[in-house]
Amino acid sequence: MTGKRIIRTPLDQKTIGSLKIGDVVFLSGRIFTARDQAHMLMLKDGLPPGLETKGLAVYHCGPIVKQMNGERVITSAGPTTSMRMESLEPEFLEMSGARAVIGKGGMGHGTLKALEKLGAVYLSITGGLGALAMKRLGPMKEVHFLEELGPVEAVWVFDAEELGPLVVTMDSHGNSLHDAVSAVTGENLARVLDGL
Amino acid sequence: MNLAEILGRALGEAVIAMPDDLEQALRKARENETGELARMHLKAILDNIELARTDRVPVCEDTGIQTVFLDAGRDFPLLGELLAAIPEAVEKATKTGPLRPNTVDPFTGMNHGDNLGPGAPAINLTIVEGDGAAIHLLPKGGGSEQLSALWMLTPADGIKGLKREVLSHVQKAGGRPCPPVIIGLGIGGSADTCMKLAKRSLLRQLGSRNPDPNAAALEEELLESVNSLGVGPMGMGGKTTALAVNVEFAPRHPATFPVGLAMQCWCHRHVTIKLDRNGKAVP
Repeated sequence: MTGKRIIRTPLDQKTIGSLKIGDVVFLSGRIFTARDQAHMLMLKDGLPPGLETKGLAVYHCGPIVKQMNGERVITSAGPTTSMRMESLEPEFLEMSGARAVIGKGGMGHGTLKALEKLGAVYLSITGGLGALAMKRLGPMKEVHFLEELGPVEAVWVFDAEELGPLVVTMDSHGNSLHDAVSAVTGENLARVLDGL
Repeated sequence: MNLAEILGRALGEAVIAMPDDLEQALRKARENETGELARMHLKAILDNIELARTDRVPVCEDTGIQTVFLDAGRDFPLLGELLAAIPEAVEKATKTGPLRPNTVDPFTGMNHGDNLGPGAPAINLTIVEGDGAAIHLLPKGGGSEQLSALWMLTPADGIKGLKREVLSHVQKAGGRPCPPVIIGLGIGGSADTCMKLAKRSLLRQLGSRNPDPNAAALEEELLESVNSLGVGPMGMGGKTTALAVNVEFAPRHPATFPVGLAMQCWCHRHVTIKLDRNGKAVP
């Protein structure tokens, strides 16, 4: 196995274009969280003042936030199910200029098309990786919409250091590893059902 | 320690330290996998479990909806106190940190902030023999719960129909419930009974079999066929889609064939506290 492949935000088109489904990478640089509520709010009212998102990664995550000595500390920050954002993501990527989506479980064809059109990627992080992801995200840098949305749905900003491992499961060339696996498991299912 | 303190501490521990049988099953799965991505996910999962235990932080940020199975002895004198202590413990564990506030009003979408509300925490009370109590805490994540299911099959569909539905469902779910999963199946009873049996079956030791030979045979067959689908860890292909299939059953009405499926992610958090008649924790 060769060394870790690290990509950095803001992502440029050359890097994005070089990423193919099945590649494993680690991501460093600025990244912000958004779940469905934050997506909807930003699509309605626009980005909050001071939040720069061009070329960054949007992370589908609702962290655990603990108050410690009057400060907010993130204690666990793994990914949430990305499919919930499927109807919102194409427009959000277009509006925000974010060029990587990080989450779990993969997304649908609307997002896959948007990734191809805009030059962006979907990166899968292992579900449930709360403790490990929290370590790699480091201390939180900014928070937006905390009052409006509460700590789980708010937009948290981090400077990640080698967040990962991340699997490129949807690339900017129209390929989806989720579709590829689903085709294989679909055939396996037909075979198993035949044998019942 | 009072009852709320005992329960609060156990709840905190449940979301930080994973059960031994789960960790062993995940290690075994990792040894068994040959694919690079499957092995990578299982390594990340095992590293994460270790880090959470060392750093004393929740393994997964979704600490779930608080689900409680309470088996109270008919002569347990502190039932009222215990029923009051459960929400108190949940509220405190939410305010002080280990639990994420997860209960949201279904109409307004507003987060309650304390994981409380009508039916939350969900307490399933069973009265059993004796004068003590056993409290099983199951903080159940939303990503896997979203893939739970109920089928009201016909008796003609029967067990074969059940297999067809379960296998199709697991294939379609892919990586969304965070496989390798634990699948709880409740068969028979009514719609609500089979769902409750399915969820309760998740509390069983991994690798245990239902004492009934028909149920045990179904568990083994389904585990093998689910894993032959090739969904694999996080749905990226592999031999381990499920770590266990647990079947529980009840008599059914002759006109119905209810099947409930409780989907549980690899992050299978649960803990049991046993109390004596004085409310003291006992092994």
